[in-house]
Amino acid sequence: MYVIGERINGMFENVKQAIRSKNAKVIQDLARRQLAAGAWALDVNVGPAASDAKGAMLWLVESIRAVTDAPLSIDTARWDVMSAVVPQVSGDKILNSSKADPEIASQYVGLAVQHGAGLIGLTIDAEGVPGNVEKRVELGAQIITIAMEGGLPLEKLFIDPIILPVNVAPKNPEHCMQAIAQLKLFADPPPHLLLGLSNVSQRCAERSLINSTYVAMAMAHGLDAAIMDPLDPALMSTAITAELLLGKMIYCDSYLDAARHK
Amino acid sequence: MPSSIPDTSEKWTGAINTVVIGATPEEGGTRTSTVRIGGAGALPFLGFEGSVGRRAAIAVEVWDSGGEGWPEPLRKVYGDALSSPGEWAKKAVEFGAEMICLRLAGAHPDAGNRSAQQCAEAVKEVLSAVGEPLIVWGCGVDEKDNDILPAASAAARNENALIGTAREKNYRTLVAVCLADKHKLIAESPLDINIAKQVNILCSDAGYPLNDIVIYPTTSALGYGVEYVYSIQERARQAALRGDKLMAQPVICDVGFEAWRVKEAKAPAFPTVTDANRGRWGVIWEAATAMVLLQAGAELLVMRHPDAIREAKKAVERFMPASKT
Repeated sequence: MYVIGERINGMFENVKQAIRSKNAKVIQDLARRQLAAGAWALDVNVGPAASDAKGAMLWLVESIRAVTDAPLSIDTARWDVMSAVVPQVSGDKILNSSKADPEIASQYVGLAVQHGAGLIGLTIDAEGVPGNVEKRVELGAQIITIAMEGGLPLEKLFIDPIILPVNVAPKNPEHCMQAIAQLKLFADPPPHLLLGLSNVSQRCAERSLINSTYVAMAMAHGLDAAIMDPLDPALMSTAITAELLLGKMIYCDSYLDAARHK
Repeated sequence: MPSSIPDTSEKWTGAINTVVIGATPEEGGTRTSTVRIGGAGALPFLGFEGSVGRRAAIAVEVWDSGGEGWPEPLRKVYGDALSSPGEWAKKAVEFGAEMICLRLAGAHPDAGNRSAQQCAEAVKEVLSAVGEPLIVWGCGVDEKDNDILPAASAAARNENALIGTAREKNYRTLVAVCLADKHKLIAESPLDINIAKQVNILCSDAGYPLNDIVIYPTTSALGYGVEYVYSIQERARQAALRGDKLMAQPVICDVGFEAWRVKEAKAPAFPTVTDANRGRWGVIWEAATAMVLLQAGAELLVMRHPDAIREAKKAVERFMPASKT
């Protein structure tokens, strides 16, 4: 499971304060802790914390790069921020994210290819988040095609079928799983299938339990990457156990510990 | 439009660790050579899918005592050397040993119960008799191994020997000793891939580097479950090549010991056996077992009979590209 740590996000109060007071230690501590807990990459999102989104993103990237070379997922919905920041990020990076509209997606694919970056493509277009499986698959396929045409290797492409909170969109978790299973068959080797996992339990009680249960279910359908909270030990252990049960690793009594040996 | 055959070769992401055994005077030891094993980034003999790593190495087995009880065809080639570990080791080198595997068989409570000091003396005797790197193999009884292996390890301090075996229920002493005396470690498991992985993680958690472990996933002879041995090694190898660092250890196989204890080797009862060829069956059994295990990807074979060693070497030289230094 390719875990992208979600904790460096201006939505969190401690990160918001750190961005405002330029307290790099808070950010670096989060980076180290998430990687130590099993994250392979770190999501970086300024959130609503700063008026200067570009400057704040660059400061976050610079702060993190002082302590790790782990891949960074540059998380912004604004093209001007993405296109300005990405050329200045050293090491491995992932563009998070592009929508599926052809003119938008090809722009992002071009930027990713130019900088050797990965790309997260959302199955969302001008009409919004699809309400069914078919449209998700159609939009996912559209992104895959644009990536292939644009020269982005599919091992660098992550398709995100958009998970919505289960309390407001009860059919959505099932739709996402079906879309994942279908998109996995679309190319060989397939692109990665990713979710912004925590969104499934937004404003719910029992968030950790919902996230853990859903990650195992989605993995059984082909999910192999998620932006999620590596600091939730129950969630991480569930993801490792799901991988074990899917035959992706050899069992041993200390398999949880073993999976954390990178 | 040009047509082309699609590339169906496997793309592996992991590789087997490279482990060096032995230390020369420049490295603080007294060995005249060192042996480097491992490094494969593809399945054995499939060089078109990646590096097959270094050529398999052959260690020859020497006992601290008790060699007089070996089967007749072996007694014939080793002669009086079987009663002296030093002389025995010299013979082994003559027969093509790249390393000596000293088995402390005489320390077994039922086979002499020799003391830690006697074991240490056997280690010193072999070290002074030959310049090849050393493997030291305990007697397999937990309590006794925890007594003799620290002494054997200390007698070979700084020689970068390979010492075993660490097992699931008995690894702490050997891990501590190998760390202190700077030796490589053999991690043993009873033909069980889950336990093979578990022993590695136990040793790692006890502070021993995964990169310095050689695994012994248990060997058996042709006709006695070698196909099961093969499939365990193959599964471990595939996991390693897919990136499982807890399965990426080179493999040692105890070929001679297993081959020469089966009845087909010792007292063949086939219709074609004659007095003239009776002594050849063990050689053939040992050589054939070695071939199977080379195909499973074994990095280090512990062998006995010079003719079987010659056959295994011939196969290695014919089918495996020369190791790059």
